[in-house]
Amino acid sequence: MITQTPHPITTASIVFRAKALTKTYVMGEVQVQALRGIDMELYSGELVVFLGPSGSGKSTLLNILGGLDTATSGEVTYRDHDLITATDQELTEYRRDHVGFVFQFYNLISSLTARENVAIVTEIAEHPMTPEEALTLVGLADRMDHFPAQLSGGEQQRVAISRAIAKNPEVLLCDEPTGALDSQTGIKVLEALDTVNRELGTTTAVITHNVSIGAMADRVIHLRDGLISEVQIIEHKKAPGELSW
Amino acid sequence: MKALDQKVLRDLKNISGMVLVIALMIACGVATYVMSLSSYDSLRITRDAYYDDYRFSDVFVSLKRAPEQVKSRLREIEGVQQVETRVVAMANIEIPGFNMPVRGQLISLPNEGGQPQMNRLFIRSGRLIDPQKDNEVIISEPFANAHNLEPGNRISAIINGRRKQLTIVGIALSPEYVMEIGPGAVVPDYKLYGILWMARPPLASAYDMEGAFNNVTLTLERGALEENVIDRLDLILEPYGGLGAYGQADQTSNFYLSEEFNQLKVMATVLPLIFMGVAAFLLNIAIGRLVRSQREEIAVLKAFGYSNLEVGLHFIKMVTIIVIIGIIAGIAFGAYIGQALSGLYKEFYRFPYLKYHLEPYLVVSSALISFAAAFAGVIFAVRSAVLLPPAEAMRPERPAVYRKMLLEWIGLGYLFDQPTRMIIRNLERRPFKAFLSIIGISLAGAIVMLGQFAYSSVDFIVDAEFRRSQRDDLHVTFSEPASRKALYELNRLPGVYYAEPYRSAQVRLRHTYHTYRTGIQGIPENSELRRLLDTDLNVIHLPENGLVLTDNLAKNLDLQEGDTVQVEVLEGKRSISNIPVVRLIHQYFGLAAYMDLDALNRFMQEQEVISGAYLSIDSKFRKDIYAELNRRPRVVSVTYREQLIQNFYDAMAENWLIISFFISMFAAATAFSVIYNNARIALSERSRELASLRILGFTRGEISYILIGELVVLGLLAIPIGFFVGWWLTAYIVYAMQTDLYSLPLIVEPGTYTLSALIVIVSTIIAGVIVKLKLNRLDLIAVLKTRE
Repeated sequence: MITQTPHPITTASIVFRAKALTKTYVMGEVQVQALRGIDMELYSGELVVFLGPSGSGKSTLLNILGGLDTATSGEVTYRDHDLITATDQELTEYRRDHVGFVFQFYNLISSLTARENVAIVTEIAEHPMTPEEALTLVGLADRMDHFPAQLSGGEQQRVAISRAIAKNPEVLLCDEPTGALDSQTGIKVLEALDTVNRELGTTTAVITHNVSIGAMADRVIHLRDGLISEVQIIEHKKAPGELSW
Repeated sequence: MKALDQKVLRDLKNISGMVLVIALMIACGVATYVMSLSSYDSLRITRDAYYDDYRFSDVFVSLKRAPEQVKSRLREIEGVQQVETRVVAMANIEIPGFNMPVRGQLISLPNEGGQPQMNRLFIRSGRLIDPQKDNEVIISEPFANAHNLEPGNRISAIINGRRKQLTIVGIALSPEYVMEIGPGAVVPDYKLYGILWMARPPLASAYDMEGAFNNVTLTLERGALEENVIDRLDLILEPYGGLGAYGQADQTSNFYLSEEFNQLKVMATVLPLIFMGVAAFLLNIAIGRLVRSQREEIAVLKAFGYSNLEVGLHFIKMVTIIVIIGIIAGIAFGAYIGQALSGLYKEFYRFPYLKYHLEPYLVVSSALISFAAAFAGVIFAVRSAVLLPPAEAMRPERPAVYRKMLLEWIGLGYLFDQPTRMIIRNLERRPFKAFLSIIGISLAGAIVMLGQFAYSSVDFIVDAEFRRSQRDDLHVTFSEPASRKALYELNRLPGVYYAEPYRSAQVRLRHTYHTYRTGIQGIPENSELRRLLDTDLNVIHLPENGLVLTDNLAKNLDLQEGDTVQVEVLEGKRSISNIPVVRLIHQYFGLAAYMDLDALNRFMQEQEVISGAYLSIDSKFRKDIYAELNRRPRVVSVTYREQLIQNFYDAMAENWLIISFFISMFAAATAFSVIYNNARIALSERSRELASLRILGFTRGEISYILIGELVVLGLLAIPIGFFVGWWLTAYIVYAMQTDLYSLPLIVEPGTYTLSALIVIVSTIIAGVIVKLKLNRLDLIAVLKTRE
C-alpha cells in the first residue's frame, strides 16, 4: 500500500525517478526478489532516509539508483539520464561525475592513507575540493596521513564520507553508514552527513534499519518486502546530536 | 604522484613475497632462454669467424703420390680459387716419460716458411718453424696440454721407420683440427693422438715425396659448385691414387663439430622454449589470481567512476614492475651463465678466442614473451572482475555452494573428520581452479624431469655401444689393408686370447642423386668381440650377401630395404658396382653400413683382406702387447676400450650435463615459485574463514591442517601427472635432438621421477612452513569487525 503525500518542496526539481522498478537476483541456488515494483521520486537537496528491516530491498534500491547494479525491469532516471538503458561506460561516467557513495563497511583502500583515499576520487573529478578540505569538513584534519588500519571505525567511516563528498557530487548515497558503529560515533558520522547536506545542498539518501535516524530526515521512505509501504514527511527535523538509540 | 599509482607501489610492497616469487619464475624462464641461446650463438659466431680468419679450406683430398706439376692442372679447374699441396703422414711419436703408443698426424708447412695459404695456424706460444731447420715442429695445443709439452721440449717421431729427434718450437691451433679425431676413433683422445706441423723437405724425403705431394687442400671461388670441382679433382687425381675428394661438410673435424652444434642448437632452442612456455603459463595463472584477489577494491574503484580501462591499466602497471624485475634478473643471470658456458665451450672446442654475443633479439624476445604472458593474465582477470556490476562484486561473497563430497556419496564420509571434509569439499567446489593448480605444479615437476634426461641417455648409450656391443679390450687398426696372415700373427702374441678380424672399406654410396661417403664395415660371421646390436639390444646376424644399412643412412640416401645402391670403392682397385640393400637396422650411432666379411672381400675382389682386428687379452700383458704392436709399422692405432669410454664421457657428456644442471636448478626454482604462489593466494582467500575457526576454538595446528592439507593434496595429485607430462616432454626432446650421427634413447630412470617428486614435496613443505608462520599471526579481531 503506497501513500504518497505531496511534499512542500514539490516545486524543487526531481533528481531521481523510479517507475515499476523490480530486481530479482540469483544467489547461488536461491532466487531473491529484492524489489517488486517501486515507484518513487527524490528531490534535489533533500535528505531522505530509507527505512526497513533486513531483506526489504533498501540496499538494492540504492545500488540501482547509484548505477552500481542493474534493474530487472521498470524505469529509473537520474535527471534526464536513463539508468536502465545506460551502458557500462555510461554508468561509469555517471558515477564519476554525479554520485558519491558511503558503504557500511567503509571499503577504503587499505594501502592508501586517508588523504590518498580521498585523492583517488578527486583526481578523476571535474570540480573537486581538495582532499584536505574534504577531510577537514568531517573533522579529520589531523589524521590525514594515517592508514585505515590506524583509524577507528568511526574515523574510517568519516574518511569514506569525505571521499564521497570530495568530488562535490550532486547525490550522496549512504548504505547503513552507522551500521558498524556505536551510537556516539554514529552520531558524529550523521552530523557530517547532515553538514554536507545543508552546506553543500547535496541530495542525500541514507539507508538504515535504525528507526531513530529517520528523525533527522526530510522524508522517510519505508520499505517492506521489496515494496514501499509508506512515505513519511518529517515536519520538524531533529539535529543528529538530538538522536539517541 | 597520483593516488592510484601510489596504490601500485604500496600493494607491491605488501605482497613483496609473492612479487619476488613471480619475478623468480620469470627470471628462470628468461635465464634458461638467454643462457642457452647466447652461448650457442656465441659459439656459432666464433666458429664462423675462426674459419674465416684462419682460411679454413673448402675441399680436401688425399692421394698416394703425385708430382708437383699436377698442381697447376688443379689450379685450372673451374671454380678453384687457391690450391695448396702438402705432404701428410702418420707417425709414431715418442714422448719422454709416456709409455703408451702415441700417433701423430704430420703435416708439412710451406717450403718458403711462414703460414700456409689456408688452414692457417693460430700460434698460442712459441713461433713458426724455420724452414731451413729440418727438426723443428709445431704441435697442436690439446696434445701439448695432455703431455705438458712446451716450446723447447724434445720428442721423437718414427718417420717411415726412422727415428727422428724433433724440437718443439711452437704450440698452435688450426681450424682443420678443431676436433682431433684419430683413425678408428669417434671422439678425441689427446693423449694418444695429436697433430704436428713440420718443414716439408724432411717429411718429403722420408716418404719419397720430394717434388711430389700426397695431400691437397683447395679454396673455391664464390658461386663455384663444390660437386663439379670434386668430380674434376677426382678425375685428375685418380691415376695418382686419389682417395676421393670431399668438402667441408665431410671433413672429419668440421663434421663432428657440426653434429655437436646441431645438437646444441636443439638443446638451446627446444629446451628453453618449453621452459619459457611453462613459465609463461604459470605466470598467467599467478597474475590472474593476484588480480582476482583484489576483486573488492576493483569494485570500489568502479563505484567511484574509474573506467574498466583505468582499472586494467592500474594492474598492468603493477604487473609491468614485477615482470621488469624478473626480466632484468633473468637476462643478467642468463648472460652471466651464458658467458661462463661459452668459456667452457671455448676450452673444449679449442677455439683460439671466443666472442661472447648477447644478441638483441634474445633480450627483446624474452621481454616480449614475458610481457605477453603477464598482460594476458591481467586482462583476463580484470575483464572477469569488471564484468560484474560493482554492487555484486562488493556483495559479501555469498557462502559458497558446497555439496556433499563424492566420497560421501559412496558412503565413505564417516572416515573423515570435519576439517578433512572441509579440505575435500573445498577442492571439489572449484574443480577447475584445483585443476589449474594441479596442472601448474605438475608442469613444474615435468620440467624438473626434462633437466635430467641427458644423464640417463648418455649412460645408456655408453652401456649399449661400448659395453654390450664392443666387448674387445683392444682395437688394432692397420695402416693399409693386410692379409689374414696378420691375424694369425696377432693371435700368437703372448697374452692375446682371441683376435677377431674386420674390414673397413672406404666407399662412396650413391642412390639417385644422393651420395654419402663412408666405410663399409665387414664383420665375420658369428663375431664375438664386436657384435652388431640394434636399439633393442638384439644381436643382428648379417646375411651372407648384400649390404645392411642403418635406417638413418638409408633415409639420407632415400633408400628402402630391397633397393640397390651404387658403391664406388675409393681405395685399392677402384671400382663401381651395385649392391642390394637387404636389411635396414636401427642403431644409436646412426650412419653405418655393414656386410659379412667374406661377402665384402668378394665384393672388393680381394683375398681375405682385413683392415684391423679386435683383441681380447689378458690385462697383465697389456703393456707388452702395446709395445709389440707399437713396433709394427703396419699398425697405425691401438685403442683401449675403457679409454674410449672415458673419452666419450669427456667429449659428449660435458656439454649436455652442464646445461642440464642449470636447467634442473631453474626448474626447481620454478616449482617452488608455483607452489608457494598457490599457497600464498590460498591463504589470502581463506584467512577470514580460518580466523573465524580460531575464534570458535580451533587451534593453530588445526587450521594449518585445513589450509596445508589442501596444498598437500594438490601436490600429491600433481606429482603423477607431472611424471606423465615430463615423460612426454622428454620424448619430444629426444625426438627433436636426433641427428644423423646418433639418436638418443628415451630413457627416464627412476631417479628422475624421484627427483621430480622430491622437489615438489620439498617445495610444498617449505611453502607450508611459511604459510603456517603467517597463519600463526592471523589477526582474529579484524575478522570480527569485517563482514563475512
